[in-house]
Amino acid sequence: MLQNNRLTEAEYKVNFSDIHPPYTNVNAALVDANRCLFCYDAPCTKSCPTSIDVPKFIKQITTANIKGSAHTIFSSNILGAGCSKVCPVEKLCEGSCVYNLLDEAPIPIAKLQRYSTERAIEQKWKLFTRKPSTGKKVAIVGAGPAGLSCAFNLSKEGVDVTIYEKESKAGGLMTYGIAAYKVTPEFCEDEVNYILSIGGIEIKYNTALGKDITIAELQSQYDAVYLAFGVGLARQLSVPGENLAGVVDAISFIYELRSKGFSSVPVGDKVAVIGLGMTAIDAATQAKRLGAKEVTIVYRRTQDEMPCTQVELDIAMLDGCKLSWLAAPKEVLGSDGKATHLVCTKMKLGEPDASGRRSPIETDETFTLEVDMVIKAAGQMPFEALVKDNNLNNKSGKVSVEGKSVTSINGVYAGGDCVNGGREVVDAVQAGKDGAASILNFIATNTTNEH
Amino acid sequence: MANISSNFLGIKSPNPFWLASAPPTDKKINVLRAFEAGWGGVVWKTLGSQVKNVSSRYSAVDYGGSRVMGFNNIELISDRPLAINLKEITECVKLFPDRAMIVSLMADNNRESWHELIKKCEDAGAMGFELNFGCPHGMTERGMGAAVGQDPEIARMVVEWVMEKATIPVITKLTPNVHSVVPTGKAVVEAGTNALSLINTIQSVTGIDLDTLVPNPYVAGKSVFGGYCGPAVKPIALKFLTTISQNETTSKVPVSGIGGVSTWKDAVEFMLLGASTVQVCTAAMKHGFRIVEDMCEGLNNWMDEKGYAKIEDFIGKSVDKITHWEDLDINYHITAKINQDKCIHCGLCYIACEDTSHQAINLDYGNPYNNYTIKEDDCVGCNLCKLVCPVDQCITMEEHRVAPEYINWKQWQAQGLPLNDH
Repeated sequence: MLQNNRLTEAEYKVNFSDIHPPYTNVNAALVDANRCLFCYDAPCTKSCPTSIDVPKFIKQITTANIKGSAHTIFSSNILGAGCSKVCPVEKLCEGSCVYNLLDEAPIPIAKLQRYSTERAIEQKWKLFTRKPSTGKKVAIVGAGPAGLSCAFNLSKEGVDVTIYEKESKAGGLMTYGIAAYKVTPEFCEDEVNYILSIGGIEIKYNTALGKDITIAELQSQYDAVYLAFGVGLARQLSVPGENLAGVVDAISFIYELRSKGFSSVPVGDKVAVIGLGMTAIDAATQAKRLGAKEVTIVYRRTQDEMPCTQVELDIAMLDGCKLSWLAAPKEVLGSDGKATHLVCTKMKLGEPDASGRRSPIETDETFTLEVDMVIKAAGQMPFEALVKDNNLNNKSGKVSVEGKSVTSINGVYAGGDCVNGGREVVDAVQAGKDGAASILNFIATNTTNEH
Repeated sequence: MANISSNFLGIKSPNPFWLASAPPTDKKINVLRAFEAGWGGVVWKTLGSQVKNVSSRYSAVDYGGSRVMGFNNIELISDRPLAINLKEITECVKLFPDRAMIVSLMADNNRESWHELIKKCEDAGAMGFELNFGCPHGMTERGMGAAVGQDPEIARMVVEWVMEKATIPVITKLTPNVHSVVPTGKAVVEAGTNALSLINTIQSVTGIDLDTLVPNPYVAGKSVFGGYCGPAVKPIALKFLTTISQNETTSKVPVSGIGGVSTWKDAVEFMLLGASTVQVCTAAMKHGFRIVEDMCEGLNNWMDEKGYAKIEDFIGKSVDKITHWEDLDINYHITAKINQDKCIHCGLCYIACEDTSHQAINLDYGNPYNNYTIKEDDCVGCNLCKLVCPVDQCITMEEHRVAPEYINWKQWQAQGLPLNDH
């Protein structure tokens, strides 16, 4: 039975407390920072989509230059604090730390990055100075990581930025789409405020592209437009019974959890989660942490092909989530309009597909799980209608760009999930930087042409 | 099992590890704890002139997350009444007659004071003396300590006074705050000292508090130069020791080595350069007396491995291996080799060579791991890459002689061979 308020406040607090606690004292940070070898042309930096100079910021911790350390991080990644909490570092910087090649634990780069950036945000260090206003104006659609990163990098150069955001808070998936034990809503708010503290950035909330504004309107009022509206629609299962009560999508489930508070979000006794990406893990573990008695993750391939990292899978398994490998949803059964069972087809692995992973092939066998809740986390769909309505060249709804951010409409740029279909926060931050660079170049060129 | 016992001018100790004259040997409670822990002997903290100490007294240099790589102090000689020290020395000798009990002395600058002090200490049971001609702070301003050790003639005079009276072995402790320890060493050997010990501490400023702008250690808003010691000074101590071991006059007497000895390996190095015993202070002050356990075990295991039955079998074995630059073999040539199986691609060898040496390492960019290889023709064999490499045995130096025969600088010049050709 779907039911909210399953736990006490104290239990919620424990279940949703920081999964990667920070250093509690400077000595602990120094022990790790001093282990860093200070590699040249460092693999960690090369494995970071935003190319943070990791050895430099760690070295700066050891010299007690924490301001310098934070500046190094934010210069490459203005969401460096958030990324230190949500990045899958095991496949990025920490995954390539040379200590791995010595069969030694890598430097805890994320934790050290958090050490410096959290201090900067808590103490409101003013590490960047905005250049005098150039009088140029840019509109950005979406105040998620890509939009914020683009806005910051434009404003730093004296461009006046207005961000149009459909939600009532900024941060995008950082604020609405990530497990609460990784980042808290308060942190997201602090991070956004820190980014905005450079000045020159205005956010117009509850204003959606296609509903309240159009690209044409923005083009007429601004020197350039950057689209960073992300993805949002959960991929449908397209199986019978999908509309029964108790079948929800992971994005909405996490959105509710992030925006309404833990006790008000209903969760079933027996929950099936479809998919095994990062969002599926976030949904499964949080369902468990909200008090679901049994959570089963249903995934159509095997552990060798899974899209989430081992670290993420471990979180789910330690939370007691079960895994049902080589299984795909076939039908949701119900009574009185409510989901009661999930029928799954047993799969087997065939030839590698376009992604290089062996593709799942249906067998004749099925099995049935008793459920009262099904969370769909089989990926997110681009805002295809919105993209097509605005006549943007696209691939199945993903905005097509030339180079890194140039769309088919002159003066309109795009980046982040709406272009790549949904990747990491850190990828979106880099996209925002690339977009800002393109726009600055465009503005400069256009100015020359005008005069 | 090797025999690690020591016989220093008849002063016997179960191992060659003595505690240096310093706070750890200041009083009975410390010394008994040291003997219980297994130390072979102590040099009792300097007795003599009347003093008054200040607070604070110590400061340190930390490096790369390690505490106390270097250490300095501005403490003076013992500030306890002489009678109490003498009584406690007697008690310690009685309880541990098998351990070396050397007493460090620094009397006022006249013959009578020295004679009186020597008599009292011998009566108390001292087995030997160490003359403190090295203390670099406080006492020097009164013409004592390093002020004596820095002037060979004053040192000679004081040693002569001492030798008139002493009936037990006399060790003269040398100050490193000179361009060479040999002149004073020679003077005191000529004056009759039975042995030498070195080094005492080095005048230093360990650092400055960047908030108060007052250097360390802090005493009511001021500081003074302190005596530097600990692991950081070991290379300097080994150099001074070598000059004593290589000098015709000073090499005639046994030496007790001092200066940053922290492990059995450090001790072996001092002994290979001529020290018969070593004295330890900073390492004990950092970790307590228990460190002597591994010093004994490590020395024993190393001697067994190398086939040395007693410490005399290896003392001094490296002395003649330090020569003059002009005698080095110019035809000897080595080049670095990177073991690609061990390389972790940190790039430290590359950037060190590229920025600061001979641009002798190739970089092949990779993602995320670059590959590094040696340009053998450009490598001068300087060792830098090997020294900065974090992986044991990843970079090795391989011998590629320029020519088979030995040739030194003088011969090279005499034959008119090319210079400045690299």
